[in-house]
Amino acid sequence: MEQPPLIRLEEVSKTYRMGDVEVHALRGVTLTVALGEFTAVMGASGSGKSTLMNILGCLDRPTAGRYLLEGQEVSHLGTEALAGIRNRTIGFVFQSFNLLPRTSALENVELPLLYAGVAAAERHARASASLAQVGLADRADHFPNQMSGGQQQRVAIARALVTRPRVILADEPTGNLDSRTSVEVMALFQELGRSGITVVLVTHEPDIAQYASRVVTMRDGRVRSDVRREPRRAEPPPPGEPAAAEEALP
Amino acid sequence: MNWFQTLRVALRALLRNKMRSFLTTLGIVIGVSAVIAMVAIGDGAKARVEAQFSAMGSNLLMVLPGTTTAGGAHGGFGSMPTLTWDDLKAIQTEIPTVRYAAPQLRATVQVLSEDQNWTTTVIGTTPDYFDIRSWPIAAGSLFSSVDVDGATKAAVLGQTVVDKLFGPNADPVGQVIRVKNVPFTVVGVLTKKGQSQWGMDFDDCVIIPVSTFRQKVQGGLGNYLGGIIMVSATGPSTVSRTESLVRGLLRDRHRLQPGTDDDFSIRNLAEIAAASQEGTRTLTTLLAAIAAVSLLVGGIGIMNIMLVSVTERTREIGLRMAVGAKPGDIRLQFLVEALALAVAGGLIGVGLGLGAARWMASSFGWQVLYRPDVIFIAVGFSGLVGVGFGFYPAHRASRLDPITALRFE
Repeated sequence: MEQPPLIRLEEVSKTYRMGDVEVHALRGVTLTVALGEFTAVMGASGSGKSTLMNILGCLDRPTAGRYLLEGQEVSHLGTEALAGIRNRTIGFVFQSFNLLPRTSALENVELPLLYAGVAAAERHARASASLAQVGLADRADHFPNQMSGGQQQRVAIARALVTRPRVILADEPTGNLDSRTSVEVMALFQELGRSGITVVLVTHEPDIAQYASRVVTMRDGRVRSDVRREPRRAEPPPPGEPAAAEEALP
Repeated sequence: MNWFQTLRVALRALLRNKMRSFLTTLGIVIGVSAVIAMVAIGDGAKARVEAQFSAMGSNLLMVLPGTTTAGGAHGGFGSMPTLTWDDLKAIQTEIPTVRYAAPQLRATVQVLSEDQNWTTTVIGTTPDYFDIRSWPIAAGSLFSSVDVDGATKAAVLGQTVVDKLFGPNADPVGQVIRVKNVPFTVVGVLTKKGQSQWGMDFDDCVIIPVSTFRQKVQGGLGNYLGGIIMVSATGPSTVSRTESLVRGLLRDRHRLQPGTDDDFSIRNLAEIAAASQEGTRTLTTLLAAIAAVSLLVGGIGIMNIMLVSVTERTREIGLRMAVGAKPGDIRLQFLVEALALAVAGGLIGVGLGLGAARWMASSFGWQVLYRPDVIFIAVGFSGLVGVGFGFYPAHRASRLDPITALRFE
């Protein structure tokens, strides 16, 4: 039996009402993402890429069309069921990291497992493993304000990975990082792609998009182009680099 | 998320803003501590009143003779002897709910020892009197019915009389005192009973057999009983029934027509005690009202801060929802925070209240009584306030849209 594609959008539309005006954020998007693909979604602001991400992330429901995630129709599921899917299947990475303040890196990473009902000992073990995977095993006890922007974003990626999701949705993950740490983060995403995790990345920077193996360009709520090509390999920064190079931007 | 984890998350969130959390609970702290302290003091006062009334005797009825009316001036109860010795016998034998009945004849006389004198109340009665007043002996023995039958000159002394005639810590048993120049042998000393609510010293008395009293101290009323009758009912529940039975019996025996007034009076001490506790009860009601108001104000404070907290932490809520928190998880988390605030306030309030009660007890010499049930109710009630006023903010948090919450600045 053939495995269904990980993500399948069929003629998905999303319409918002803002007062008297109807805003068509998505006008019939059909898109298939296979397992392990590293896709960048590009587009100007207002092109519908954020709405697309919200729908892909099960944070929002389409007005029309079907969304099949791992072959399961999710566009009509209730709030509770969607929360469960977000918890198990999807990992989020945000532009502004969204780490809980005054909470250690380890505990930030544990957060999704808390809602998955994982017992404390296993939670610690998995969160530690996840931190090690992003190269921050030694920063487990640090608070977000003690870490650079790149480190914070890596903690956020570790948090997204800890539930072993099928897909990671990254919304402008490098928007608050300098170019050097951006490459570092992209290298991490490429590595995840090689280990079979699907990554969908929203960005408006072509520099960043070139690390993906597929670039979907959005415009006015429609897919304008969909190109697959050989990605540029993100060179991981040399080990032992000075800490000053990792200064946080904002 | 299980309860323990939710509680941990809630406590961490509260400890992140220690000062604010503390100020938020202050309303509840003040309300609960005021209630705990006042209830402890009020109960202490009530217990003292109860102890004083039970010193008078348990399940006690006092039957007083009637009044004289001379030229329109009423002489007051006891001014005319209407009770007879046969009435006493009838009360003892004809009413099943009477456990004991004893006469109490009183006279104020000077009593002499070898080298001291003291003017005190001499009471003539029967041995049942000590049971009626639940008054045990401290040294020696009580006089018996044989003494009453033989009109022996035996005396039982109260502690005050012992102190005045023989000095403190003296053992007067076997010594001789003179009452109206008649020598009496001291056979026993009673335990200390203390003062009545109105300052009368219970221990300032000499108790002798009623027959001797009539022969040597004060006599001359013949068939009439020149004092009152003390009646002890079989239990607290039979006191009022005994009162009406005694009233019916005496009206019968005195051949009073229906519609005429009693020529005697019955005092029910349980009723007097209840009346004196009425004031305490009013005070308690007032306190409960104050407590309710301060808990209400405290609850509003909690609701206010929880609403602020929900707004401040909108992004956190959005993130938690994005990583899989269900609306119920969010609601529970904020509800538990409000609950923890309120219960912590309640517990601090209990501690402060107990401390304040202790301090007042030691510095004003008041009696205080700690009631565990009040403590549980106070803490439970603050918890209820926390849940009640925390529900709306928690519900609001759970209804947030994760997308807007995550973009919230």
